[in-house]
Amino acid sequence: MALAAVTSERLNVEALTSELTMGTDGAVATFSGLVRNHNQGRTVLFLEYEAYEPLAVRALARIIDETHGRWPGTRLGVHHRIGRLEIGEASVVIVAASAHRGDAFAACRYAIERIKQIVPIWKHEHFEGGDVWLEGATADPEDETAKLHAFKIACA
Amino acid sequence: MRVTIRLFARLRDLAGAGELTREIPGPATARTVWASLTAEIPALLEYERTLSVAVNAEYSRMAAAVQDGDEVAFLPPVSGG
Repeated sequence: MALAAVTSERLNVEALTSELTMGTDGAVATFSGLVRNHNQGRTVLFLEYEAYEPLAVRALARIIDETHGRWPGTRLGVHHRIGRLEIGEASVVIVAASAHRGDAFAACRYAIERIKQIVPIWKHEHFEGGDVWLEGATADPEDETAKLHAFKIACA
Repeated sequence: MRVTIRLFARLRDLAGAGELTREIPGPATARTVWASLTAEIPALLEYERTLSVAVNAEYSRMAAAVQDGDEVAFLPPVSGG
């Protein structure tokens, strides 16, 4: 199983966790991002996720490398789903395994913040009465200010 | 030279296609490809200051050189997670 993946298949946090963990680990932090039924006052019906797949996989791998640099000994798996997702389904799962809980929590939080900054994936929100492409950050993986912002959130 | 242009999300909707092949006079950069594209589809100019660019599926800069056969992708602000 690839540790960085973009897939139209349903995500499986348990499988990714068992792929990643080893006897030296004392902690696993997992994050699942879910499709929410409301956004900015709108009633959300479903989301469609689109990706520039080869670059999205590279960007996820880059984020995993960044976490290795900041929290040595921590291992990460990040899978992002694309296509149509219903309310309550997981759009992204992150698994961070480490000897100690502090590093696992921090690496997991850092990864989701960086995903929102630099991974070329887009949400197309279908809500009651219409649809809209959501747009967040202008992706720039070299932007040190953005990296530092994610790091501060991770360590808050 | 011939380049493949990839567009995503709302940029793709505005252009009406996610993949375009265009002849661009060389020497070209990502910026000259964008200029040529927006001359053809002015609605895309809305993204002039917020887009990111990738050449051959690697993040790049607008000043980067583009070669014959390259794939140039213009990316609106991302919203994964």
